[in-house]
Amino acid sequence: MNNVLRHHLFWPVAALVALLVANTVARPSFLSITIRDGHLFGAPVDILRATAPLLLVALGMTLVIATRGIDLSVGAVVAVSGAVALSHIASSPNPESPVTVLTAIAMALALCLVLGVWNGFLVSVLGIQPIIATLILMTAGRGVAMLITGGMITTINSAPFKVLGSGFWLGLPVAAVIAFGVFAVVAFVVRRTALGMLLEATGINPAASRLSGVRSKTLTWTVYTASGLFAGLAGLLISADTMAADANNAGVFIELDAILAVVIGGTALSGGKFNLSGTLVGALVIATLERTVTVLGISPLVTPLFMALVVIVVTLLQSPRMRERLTAATRRQAVTPPEPQPAARPDSTEVKAR
Amino acid sequence: MTTTAPARARRALKIPTRLDRRYLPVLGTFVVLALMLIVGGTRYENFLTPAVVSNLFINNAHLIVLAVGLTFVILTGGIDLSVGSVLALSTVITAALLQAGLPVAVVLPVAVGAGTVIGLAHGVMVHYFQVQPFVATLAGMFFARGLCFVIAPESIAIDNASFVELAGWVQIFAGWRMSSGVLIALVVVGIAFLALHFTRFGRTVYAIGGGEQSALLMGLPVARTKVLAYVVSGTCAGLGGLLFAMYSRSGYSLTGVGMELDAIAAVVIGGTLLTGGTGFVLGSVLGVLVLGLIQTIITFEGTLSSWWTRIVIGVLLLIFVLLQRALSLRKT
Repeated sequence: MNNVLRHHLFWPVAALVALLVANTVARPSFLSITIRDGHLFGAPVDILRATAPLLLVALGMTLVIATRGIDLSVGAVVAVSGAVALSHIASSPNPESPVTVLTAIAMALALCLVLGVWNGFLVSVLGIQPIIATLILMTAGRGVAMLITGGMITTINSAPFKVLGSGFWLGLPVAAVIAFGVFAVVAFVVRRTALGMLLEATGINPAASRLSGVRSKTLTWTVYTASGLFAGLAGLLISADTMAADANNAGVFIELDAILAVVIGGTALSGGKFNLSGTLVGALVIATLERTVTVLGISPLVTPLFMALVVIVVTLLQSPRMRERLTAATRRQAVTPPEPQPAARPDSTEVKAR
Repeated sequence: MTTTAPARARRALKIPTRLDRRYLPVLGTFVVLALMLIVGGTRYENFLTPAVVSNLFINNAHLIVLAVGLTFVILTGGIDLSVGSVLALSTVITAALLQAGLPVAVVLPVAVGAGTVIGLAHGVMVHYFQVQPFVATLAGMFFARGLCFVIAPESIAIDNASFVELAGWVQIFAGWRMSSGVLIALVVVGIAFLALHFTRFGRTVYAIGGGEQSALLMGLPVARTKVLAYVVSGTCAGLGGLLFAMYSRSGYSLTGVGMELDAIAAVVIGGTLLTGGTGFVLGSVLGVLVLGLIQTIITFEGTLSSWWTRIVIGVLLLIFVLLQRALSLRKT
């Protein structure tokens, strides 16, 4: 029981389960999935689809945060990506052709890669604080996106592009397949090779890891590039969902949602140990939370309040002081049965002593 | 004594020739501001007029107050993302309470006090629960914005006679206009300047930013000061909301979306390092004026679209950050 309570995924998963229970109580059919036209339909499928862009952004964010950085520019990159792709499709003579759509996607992703490289350059080569370095693009990026769309909301009609947002593949939403696929690949690469450990080393102590032969600079540069690329992909999914590029409102606050997802998942903003499965749960919690508000019939305008409450509760429960109290409380209980308590596991996510 | 006239002269000369490095970023901001004024003055007629300069202050009074409050938090090495939302909350509370018929003397302290309470909560979360400032104030940002919608989803016009009279108070001398909002903002700047440079609290703020461990070992009241810095920021955001309500004569839950970014940008352009410990309140004021002037110039230019504002602010941020980086590299 103690191990379960102390497991780093306990509180985030508990929050997710609580949300799902609340939904099911309010609407008993909430968890039911039906098959219609060969596709899966139902609220859980909707949640998966809604999670997709956030999951991609949060994935990049986790890697960046692991190196003790932060990427505030992802929302702006989302807007730029949608703007580039849709402007290209709208201006091409044949918007329905797959070639046009593929070119548009390639152009958007290439530009976002460049934006990620730019962030990485500022942070790793020039040594600017991540929060400030990415604040620059966060401020300027939306301006650039508006420059691309000419200040208007570009709308298009293109069946191949629409598939990205609302298509189905093997009965599952394409957006979710892409996002979870990318997530699985990255998680595999990071955790089955030494890459994840090197990232953590960079985040825990950049100087020491550099001295012990870790290429911290290259790694830092890589994670910002990856973050830009994933944000670009998320931008494509978002714009394909609405089939419109709105430079002002696409991906607004997604950087904050993504950071929240990472924090709810138990990765500390101070860098070092990161937790991709936690991020996945965090992204699901946020997407479910947004859904819950509509199911419970609360005005969507109040969502921020609920979000704030969940974040405050989860972060306070994860805070060092609360952890001490909780551990102290469980220890006191454990005194009565004289079985020895296992020493704190070295791999538990206890916040690093600083 | 052997140190006679030449040495003393050299010592006297030392002050103008070797300026304290700490002032360089602020000086840079000042130069940029002056350049923008000169360029604007030569490019457009009617640019360097009292009316334009007065409007610069009148339109940005609330942002000045926000940036001043934020400077305290950033100097301790923290950040406050909630200022835009708290500003909106304060405007909404003001408008809603006035609509309910409460007297101005009650409403104003309540609106500012809401900011103080949120700031206090941030301080407690950051210091006692060791939640990262970024996360704690992010939660505060969502909380304040959500609360706005709970109180009033729609915009509320303010028609309370005494509030309108207070908001409409304008002093005119020789073309220069001074509204009550600007007066309050300037008083806040003055108080903040005195508090940072001439009180124990101010020195402790700088000490915490320079190194929290060292400050603690020196026996400085770190806990109290850190919490107080967030309280100052929250209070300033509440006051900024009041100024914005006076300026717009309404309370709307969607005001100030993204304003925290403008405030942070102003503080950074004003030469304050986000790592804490270095920076000045007056620099932040200059930063706000630079941002306001960009807007004014783009309005004067006429043909430029509004999104150029954001791009120019981004480029300016980049230049200042690179400048600061170069300065700090030379130091080490």
